[in-house]
Amino acid sequence: MADLRVNIAGVPFENPLIAASGTFGFGHEYQEFYPLSTLGGISCKGITLKERPGNPPPRIAEAPGGMLNAVGLQNPGVDHFIEHDLPWLKQQGTVVIANIAGNTPEDYCAMAEKLSDTDVDMIELNISCPNVKQGGVQFGTSCAGVGGITEAVRKYCKKPLMVKLSPNVADIGEIAAAAEAAGADAISMINTLTGMRIDIRTRRPIIRNNTGGMSGPALLPVAVRMVWQASQRVKIPIVGMGGISKWEDAVEMLLAGASALQIGTVFFTDPYAPVKILDGLNRYLDERNIKSVTELTGGIQPW
Amino acid sequence: MKYDVKPCRILYKREIAQGIFDFLLDAEDFAKAAKPGQFVHILVPGKTLRRPISICDIDAEAGTLRIVFQIRGEGTEILSQMKIGDHMDVLAPLGNGFDLGDTNRKALFVGGGIGVPPLLGAAKKFGKNATVAVGFRNKETAILEADFARAGCRVFVATDDGSMGHHGLVIDCAKDVEADVIFACGPTPMLKAVCELAKERGIPCQISLEERMACGIGACLGCATPLLREDGTQYFGHVCKDGPVFDYTKVVL
Ligand SMILES: Cc1cc2nc3c(=O)[nH]c(=O)nc-3n(C[C@H](O)[C@H](O)[C@H](O)COP(=O)(O)OP(=O)(O)OC[C@H]3O[C@@H](n4cnc5c(N)ncnc54)[C@H](O)[C@@H]3O)c2cc1C
Ligand SMILES: Cc1cc2nc3c(=O)[nH]c(=O)nc-3n(C[C@H](O)[C@H](O)[C@H](O)COP(=O)(O)O)c2cc1C
Ligand code: FES
Repeated sequence: MADLRVNIAGVPFENPLIAASGTFGFGHEYQEFYPLSTLGGISCKGITLKERPGNPPPRIAEAPGGMLNAVGLQNPGVDHFIEHDLPWLKQQGTVVIANIAGNTPEDYCAMAEKLSDTDVDMIELNISCPNVKQGGVQFGTSCAGVGGITEAVRKYCKKPLMVKLSPNVADIGEIAAAAEAAGADAISMINTLTGMRIDIRTRRPIIRNNTGGMSGPALLPVAVRMVWQASQRVKIPIVGMGGISKWEDAVEMLLAGASALQIGTVFFTDPYAPVKILDGLNRYLDERNIKSVTELTGGIQPW
Repeated sequence: MKYDVKPCRILYKREIAQGIFDFLLDAEDFAKAAKPGQFVHILVPGKTLRRPISICDIDAEAGTLRIVFQIRGEGTEILSQMKIGDHMDVLAPLGNGFDLGDTNRKALFVGGGIGVPPLLGAAKKFGKNATVAVGFRNKETAILEADFARAGCRVFVATDDGSMGHHGLVIDCAKDVEADVIFACGPTPMLKAVCELAKERGIPCQISLEERMACGIGACLGCATPLLREDGTQYFGHVCKDGPVFDYTKVVL
């Protein structure tokens, strides 16, 4: 058994696999399959200052090698999360990450302040949700935006702060550097890539929001490339995600420069995916006599 | 076990109408746990999203589940090509089934097209107390009417072109049926007419809805459908977890 433990911004994880925000709810549904401590951590469904109803249906479309979603951050609000979900989650033996989104910097700051007084382990700043008019992505697509919001939240955030980056940008390295310079403790990437599907019979977009966020296996090469580029610009740890569905993908993402991983869409294909990925990762490390998974991070040998 | 993922061997398979397939799955644990109206979420090899299909019938003793589905796109096409002896990767049983209540009541079942299969298991529980009104495009697409009859139910068939049974809408057959409760599944215009009927009669009515799904268990919030609160305001509930069967007074069609 290799050592699968990782440490991200001072937070110890039993293993590098974290459930990606929005794909795992607040954990209740998946504990039917395995104890939540199977996962190193859980990034909870994105929460906002006030309850949000979400977008009208349809919210889901399939795509070659993946899917689109436009859930629109349906959630019960930060106070409900703190009162009802967090206490239970904290007893599950896994790292609990709050994923927050807002319309204004004030929203983000207010949430960071509230969550700083709880025993949540980490805060993930979602400035990359493409599915709501003001879901933070307006902060996430320019260096000034990313730097500004990170710096503002930093002042109120007493927890380790992870900034989740959008792939819908021209230069991911610049954006990552802006987050680091503004005080981020870690970066997670990537959020979904904006996409669209059209029903050719009705000529209507399948998703009621017209566009949706693309996720799933087809995203993997884009995510690996972006993690690699970002890792060359920042010293803070990167939590890599986007299309991981097999242990081989997980190894790839670590080699590209990730220190931990998130998996999302693969839960829909196979709820048992994390068990299989961890198993494969373990075997890969053992067969090569690699003592700790941390040795893989950035182990790529580029041409 | 609330639900789980298991490989289920295909015991039997038949194309019961053009493009409509009947599969019998070896699924001992699921058959014990499942209720009529619940659904299964089937992995399509090579696809990211599973396909939700209603449970048509349950044989707890034999340990089998029956599903009947129509080819609607690539996913159902691939599933339809699976052979006897192959295994389907099934996440089940999901959702809330029909709340059957007292099966000595007179029940009316109304189904349209591929909305007919989810009703069979429930209608069987009512046996001769069930009247089943089912509508199809034509004689060639009519399915399961003999299965309902074999279970003792009184059956009315309607077709759009009159090639079988009543020439017209299924709701015409349902209108004069004496009933204490209604169960329905089918296209939205049909469901609207059924809800009208329930309202006129002042009897309870449960309908089964569809929505595009990802997780199938209530985690992703993908399968939203507008529902009504007690005070009449709307919110988005989720078909996989809150449904797929709903009290008709709670839905917005
Ligand atoms: C609770 C529930 C029970 C169902 N029961 C049955 C049944 O018993 N028999 C039957 O024939 N069909 C049933 N359906 C519909 C069935 O799920 C779709 O026809 C099927 O998913 C289409 O897949 P496809 O790949 O062939 O089509 P495609 O159009 O290629 O599918 C693309 C994507 O859209 C989704 N999708 C397309 N149409 C529907 C739809 N009507 N409902 C939900 N998702 C859809 C697919 O799941 C897939 O993710 C049910 C749907 C739900 C939600
Ligand atoms: C249905 C769904 C809902 C999502 N909701 C959120 C969210 O609330 N907040 C967030 O930061 N990311 C959200 N995401 C993005 C994922 O966390 C992740 O970044 C993305 O799906 C890529 O990873 P994957 O390919 O492993 O799914 C969502 C993704 C999906 C599929
Ligand atoms: S399909 Fe995920 S919540 Fe219903």
